[in-house]
Amino acid sequence: MAKLFAVTILVIAIISAIPIIRNTWHPVEDVSTHGQAIDDQLSDTMWEAGISFLSSQLLLAWFIWRFSGDRPGEKTKTFPGGAKGLVAAAIILVGVEVFALGIFGVKAWAAIYFTPPGADALPVQVQAGQFAFYFRYPGPDGSFGPIHPDQISEAQANFYGLDTTHDQDSKDDIVTAEMAIPVNHEIRLLMHSKDVSHSFYVPALRIHQDFVPGLDLQLHFTATKVGRYEIVCSQLCGLGHYNMKAYLSVLSQQDFDDWLKKQAALQ
Amino acid sequence: MHDSAHAAAHHGPPTSFIRKHVFSLDHKVIGKQYYGLGLVAVFIGMVLSWLMRIHLGWTNAAIPGLHLLSKTGAPGDVMTPEYYLQVMTMHATFMVFFVLTVAPFAAFGNFFIPIHTGAEDMPFPHFNMMSFWTTFVAFCVMLLSFFVGDGPTLGGWTQYAPLSALGPVAGPGQGSGVIIWATSIGIFCVGQLFGALNFIPNILDLRCKGMSMWRLPLPTWAWFITSCMGLTSFSVLMPAVVLLILDHVAGTSFFVPSNLVINDQLQPHSGGSTLLWQHLFWFFGHPEVYIAIVPGMGIVSHVLITNMRKPMLSHRVMVYSMGALAVLSYMVYGHHMFVSGMNPVSSILFSFPTLLITIPSTIIVLIWIGSLYGAKIRINAASLFALGFISLFITGGVSGFFLAQPSIQILLHATYFVVAHFHFTMAIAAIFGIFSGTYFWFPKMWGRMMNDTLGKIHFWLSFIGVYAIFMPMHYLGLAGNVRRYQSFVVDYMQPLIGVHQFITIAALFTGAVQLIFIYNFIHSRFWGEPAPDNPWQGTSLEWSIPSPPPHDNFGGRHVVVYHDPYQYGVQSSTGDYVMQDSPEKVNTVNEEP
Amino acid sequence: MATTVQQPPKVEPRRSPQPGVSGNGGFGNLVPSDGSVRAVQDHAPAPSKTGIWVVLAAITMSFAAFTSALVVRQGASSDWHHLALPNILFWNTLVLLASSVTLEFARRQVAVFMGGPRTVDLSPARWLYVTAGLGVVFVAGQYTAWLQLRSQGLYLATNPNSSFFYLLTAIHALHVLGGLYGLTYVIRKLNRVVLRRSTLDSFSYYWHFMGILWVYLLLLLWMKI
Repeated sequence: MAKLFAVTILVIAIISAIPIIRNTWHPVEDVSTHGQAIDDQLSDTMWEAGISFLSSQLLLAWFIWRFSGDRPGEKTKTFPGGAKGLVAAAIILVGVEVFALGIFGVKAWAAIYFTPPGADALPVQVQAGQFAFYFRYPGPDGSFGPIHPDQISEAQANFYGLDTTHDQDSKDDIVTAEMAIPVNHEIRLLMHSKDVSHSFYVPALRIHQDFVPGLDLQLHFTATKVGRYEIVCSQLCGLGHYNMKAYLSVLSQQDFDDWLKKQAALQ
Repeated sequence: MHDSAHAAAHHGPPTSFIRKHVFSLDHKVIGKQYYGLGLVAVFIGMVLSWLMRIHLGWTNAAIPGLHLLSKTGAPGDVMTPEYYLQVMTMHATFMVFFVLTVAPFAAFGNFFIPIHTGAEDMPFPHFNMMSFWTTFVAFCVMLLSFFVGDGPTLGGWTQYAPLSALGPVAGPGQGSGVIIWATSIGIFCVGQLFGALNFIPNILDLRCKGMSMWRLPLPTWAWFITSCMGLTSFSVLMPAVVLLILDHVAGTSFFVPSNLVINDQLQPHSGGSTLLWQHLFWFFGHPEVYIAIVPGMGIVSHVLITNMRKPMLSHRVMVYSMGALAVLSYMVYGHHMFVSGMNPVSSILFSFPTLLITIPSTIIVLIWIGSLYGAKIRINAASLFALGFISLFITGGVSGFFLAQPSIQILLHATYFVVAHFHFTMAIAAIFGIFSGTYFWFPKMWGRMMNDTLGKIHFWLSFIGVYAIFMPMHYLGLAGNVRRYQSFVVDYMQPLIGVHQFITIAALFTGAVQLIFIYNFIHSRFWGEPAPDNPWQGTSLEWSIPSPPPHDNFGGRHVVVYHDPYQYGVQSSTGDYVMQDSPEKVNTVNEEP
Repeated sequence: MATTVQQPPKVEPRRSPQPGVSGNGGFGNLVPSDGSVRAVQDHAPAPSKTGIWVVLAAITMSFAAFTSALVVRQGASSDWHHLALPNILFWNTLVLLASSVTLEFARRQVAVFMGGPRTVDLSPARWLYVTAGLGVVFVAGQYTAWLQLRSQGLYLATNPNSSFFYLLTAIHALHVLGGLYGLTYVIRKLNRVVLRRSTLDSFSYYWHFMGILWVYLLLLLWMKI
């Protein structure tokens, strides 16, 4: 039975590796400028993880195969080098490997979080609330009007609680249920939560950031390919969490300008 | 002269039924009570998981009888979105607290720590009894949430604020459901502290003559390390749930900031910190997952050694590594919060200890594998589950490489990749540790042998089954399948539903297989072959006493220990092993210095 | 309390290791590698001594968690409104510290009672009763402090400062009440002449810790709230 078990471990390990090798399931295509570093990091990690996984399962299977059952008259043996060699291997091989991953990974992280947005990044605000995203563009005056939480009313479609009567800046703000951005143009995303914790996850853009109620956060990114992508909420926010999503359209500059004009007319 | 054997509070054998089986001061009975609680809880958790899996594969399916479980959650037996989340929250809560903290730790630990240390009982038997009953009360309170108000809380076992702190306005189950959850957890924390209060002094103070710390068997070291973690982590969870309850019932705003609007109503809170909950919770939460796995590591080591007929490559390295895991576990909790909105520099800072913690885990796995070299592995149900544990822990650990890196979490955070990772490590590796310990120690605990053939069948079908369930979740995660969704309406997730259906079938199959274990357990309990004192030719002190042990464990004898716990592969009068309390000198120098 | 000649309480004397025998099982053990018996003391160290440190470690972690909650909450928003600490708190502090002093008197009394000739006038529990009394006065004083705050319109949820004030003082007072229960246990054992020294010592560590913890909380409240 031991030999059967050893073979089973090996077969399971190989079967598990096949979809990875064949890339059957993989992240959606990356359309961001910073995503390549993340994808490279993922690929490096996959190699290291794959080698660690397969070699350790193989070693386990091999030893189970080889050293099961009583071998009468034979003494039990000790692994050559004893524990010292294995401890050294763990520290050196694994330690170096994971530290390398960690250090190289900082670059990908830094590209998103430790670099400021450019001066002409287009500001877009996203508000997350149970259970929808709403987006706001600042309009020609380039500034967002203040949010009045006490005036937020879904019933009256005043999602941001804007007071267009008294606040000059709010008058030209454009609020939409879908997000659109121009391609190859940096976006400065301002994140605001209306109620509980949510998250802004756009796999195609390699963006993933939780909203923090009470703390407005900022992200920046640039999309490189025209297309229609999905924004999904990934932080449990209540019963409608599964359904909380929005579409992101990446458009040519011309199409984006047209779209924005159309949205402005609908306000 | 006051001997350590009698330093434990001396209590004679009980006579009444209540004292023998219900309110017992005997650590062995308390251990079995915890085990029974764990069995009931795992059954509940498993059934809840079947409900989840059926719903995920076939969202609009009517599950017969579901409306009986909930007044509002399943009209026409079809699960509502909120009920899915409620079931999910309860599944995780029961599993993490009432199975993984109870069975490998409180159950086996209570039974075997005094025996491994050569003591008559725990030092504070009344507190020990209270620890079980407190945990039992916590369990009942948690169950209550199904039947009160609009059901259990739906916020996940992690109960992130403000969803958890805002009250009923945040959703079904967020009123009484959260308060009941938090109360149950608070009571559970107290039970754990009563347990640590016994485990630690027993190990430090009540060891018999000749039993140095280094002569303790590995499970006892594991339970010692785990007790230290439990002591310092549950005592942080309790304040967190107190603050959460206050936000609910006293109008405070520890976790709820100002200006929140739900249903067009401005919420009457101000100034609280959302992230504060996450910091407090995960400071507890990360050590908790090591509390769930370290006892299993100790148990698996113990079972393997006995079945390999040789000690671990290095006893001390195993202990130091488990200790290193425990210490590091406090420094890594931020890896649950990489994209939470905390300072992104903190994310980098937390990622390094997280990567570092790979090292002791790898050392432990390599020591296990290295110890298999040159062994004479006996294959039985216990050793199969122990070997299976190693394979599962490798798989679970390797997925940790990905999740330890903030840049990769941008893709994998809150996806099924995380679900795969923690199920491999906690749900299956830890459960396999419990099974291994059960098959191994059942003869000692209940005085009868379990059916080994059934045990092997249970193992084979479970091993294949759990890989079939959880390996595909890695792929789902890579494809961006977000977790905690009750159904998949997102466009890019549509092609993945077929995978979910496969997983569901595997889960139902594997769940059904557990019936073999239940049958075996119950049948053996009453009709199993009577067990000898030492069915596995083991060396540690539990094998030197009858199966089951008498009330005072050692029958009044003053135990003296002469050897390290794992004298195997030696020539002796008993065979290839020498028991710890045998005065026989060891021929081969196998002793640790 | 009745003062007659009576059996001394069974209090374990501190025993030093016998010559040739090493310390407790484990720490500082001699290490022959030929498998011979590793010597330990023939009696076990009292587990209550370790047990009380387990308890104190848990309490410390809890208050550390509350402290960090306070610090984070203060930084989270600008609604922190300093409140004046009621003066009675300082008197309460003196009372609690005094109770630690009286507890030490009690310990010495018990030691004397155990060690020397037992004369008629010895009442070793007297200072324990005083300690208990001071403990009750402390809790009552804390309650008075809450009443004083309430009269100023400061309740639990009024603002974050008041929340933490009530929270920290109430949880501490709860632990003091627990200590008072422990003290009644000690007194009962003493009166029945079965008090172990380790029990008394462990209780004392707990009680003194309550005092130290209170001083820490007072400083925290004074600086932050």
